[in-house]
Amino acid sequence: MITVRTVERPPRDLAVQVFLLEVVKGLGVTYRHFFVNLWRHLLGLAGGRPAGSPPAAAWGGSPRGRASRPPSGRALAARGAVTVQYPEEPAVLGRRARTRHRLLKRPDGAPRCTSCLLCETVCPARCIRITAEDSPDPGIEKRARTFEIDMGLCVFCGHCVEACPVDAIRMDTGDMELPALHRREMIWDMKALMEDS
Amino acid sequence: MSILWVLVKLGAALGFGMSWAAFLGWVERKQSAVMQDRIGANRADILGFKLIGLFHTIADPIKLLTKEDFVPANVNKTFHAAAPALALGFPLLALAAFPFGGTFTVGGWTLSLQPLGSKVGLLYVLAMLAVGIHGVVMAGYASNSCYGLMGGLRGASQMLAYEVCLATTMAGAVFLYGTLDLAEAVRWQARMLGGWLPAWGIVFQPLGFVLFLVAGAALTKRTPFDLPEGESEIVGFHVEYSGMKFGMFMMTDLIESVVVCCLAATLFLGGWHAPFLPLDGLVGAAVMVGAFTAKVALVMFLLMQVRWTLPRFRFDQLLDLGWKGVLPAGLLNFFLTAWGIYLWR
Ligand code: SF4
Ligand code: SF4
Repeated sequence: MITVRTVERPPRDLAVQVFLLEVVKGLGVTYRHFFVNLWRHLLGLAGGRPAGSPPAAAWGGSPRGRASRPPSGRALAARGAVTVQYPEEPAVLGRRARTRHRLLKRPDGAPRCTSCLLCETVCPARCIRITAEDSPDPGIEKRARTFEIDMGLCVFCGHCVEACPVDAIRMDTGDMELPALHRREMIWDMKALMEDS
Repeated sequence: MSILWVLVKLGAALGFGMSWAAFLGWVERKQSAVMQDRIGANRADILGFKLIGLFHTIADPIKLLTKEDFVPANVNKTFHAAAPALALGFPLLALAAFPFGGTFTVGGWTLSLQPLGSKVGLLYVLAMLAVGIHGVVMAGYASNSCYGLMGGLRGASQMLAYEVCLATTMAGAVFLYGTLDLAEAVRWQARMLGGWLPAWGIVFQPLGFVLFLVAGAALTKRTPFDLPEGESEIVGFHVEYSGMKFGMFMMTDLIESVVVCCLAATLFLGGWHAPFLPLDGLVGAAVMVGAFTAKVALVMFLLMQVRWTLPRFRFDQLLDLGWKGVLPAGLLNFFLTAWGIYLWR
């Protein structure tokens, strides 16, 4: 059943309309961050460690939604900032982050892929190229002969992983540094894609 | 000798503005970083020394100077090139009118630390600030781009609204000091009330000071009043600019901020006056310039924090705030001041 719920608007009385009070409040928050962080930076420069405060305290309240990203060692040491100094420090990736693809193997080392071309069809960037061959196992019938992904075109949407009926392709390598000096080198073939399986 | 001294002072005023602009680029990046729990600019280094990112004050201009200065085919070449110079030049000229210190005597010479003393110094500063907007409008017009034009027009109408407000908010102070001469205004403030309270403008004009900061911040076209630019909607009046010409527009905002801070320091914070410190001789000269710079830095610190704290206004809200908020409040302040002076006399 549909009901109507009236949402109370916060009253805009004179104190709000004049802005100044709210501006001062906001400045209070940012100045607190500024001086707390400055103090921590100074302590860090002096070689000292701020007294056991977790970095979440620097955010001035509950670290909701951000705590899932553990600050790295140096950011923890600095304590005045949550910056991760990528690329000197490793990037912090979420558990479900989509990174470079890999192809899974069967126990005998052949690709699990059955060349159904579902991934090639669904791919919005059209960056997958598959050619098929007969599989010696009559229960499998088909398998990939070549399987290429052009990482230079891929948008890392993960549709290929969703589409695959036999779970032959995954995006969980944690590898997201894929630069190359030539476009040609951005194309990963089946051998390279199966390396981490 | 006196010509030479004036030239030295003018050069110093120019250096004051330019070094502030370079330094503020660093302050802006670092202050926003620290208050947002970030680290901020820390990559530029010389032989491995980073000096908390201070080398970015050198690296940024070098980068801007060496970038390609691309001039689109359809722009009006003359105006396109002249606009950044106008925008940057006039606020820099305004700096020449400020008393960076009073007068001091050394070796029989009595020297003033104000580059250009004038009976109407305040009007001169206001005029320079107002003329500076021509650069923005010209940039928008010459760009031959609707976005640039929109930015320029916004700049003009914002300028119109807040220049009036700025003048109104200062009217109380001017009435109090009875002069438009900036040096004279500081001299009025350079005394102590009851031996402990400096007679600075802010003591008599607290409302005027707050309103002045609002109008001043709006005048500098920086967030929350950065409507002439708007990366998310019209990009801004400098959409067709690149390289150092773009950099000059960025510097314009910063130097206008410096001018506004100088005005605040001069009219409301006692200018070069520093209580309980020697104000004559060479030491006195250093103290006066130091006090003035410190006050400018203090106001700048506040404006910078405001710039990184508040979200921006919508354009109609901006004009509403100016014409219906700051202007009447400024007039009220002026009226109260006049009334107070009448009763006190
Ligand atoms: S992640 Fe998306 S773009 Fe990349 S190969 Fe898979 S389907 Fe194509
Ligand atoms: S969807 Fe899976 S099985 Fe089908 S071609 Fe792609 S990787 Fe191979």
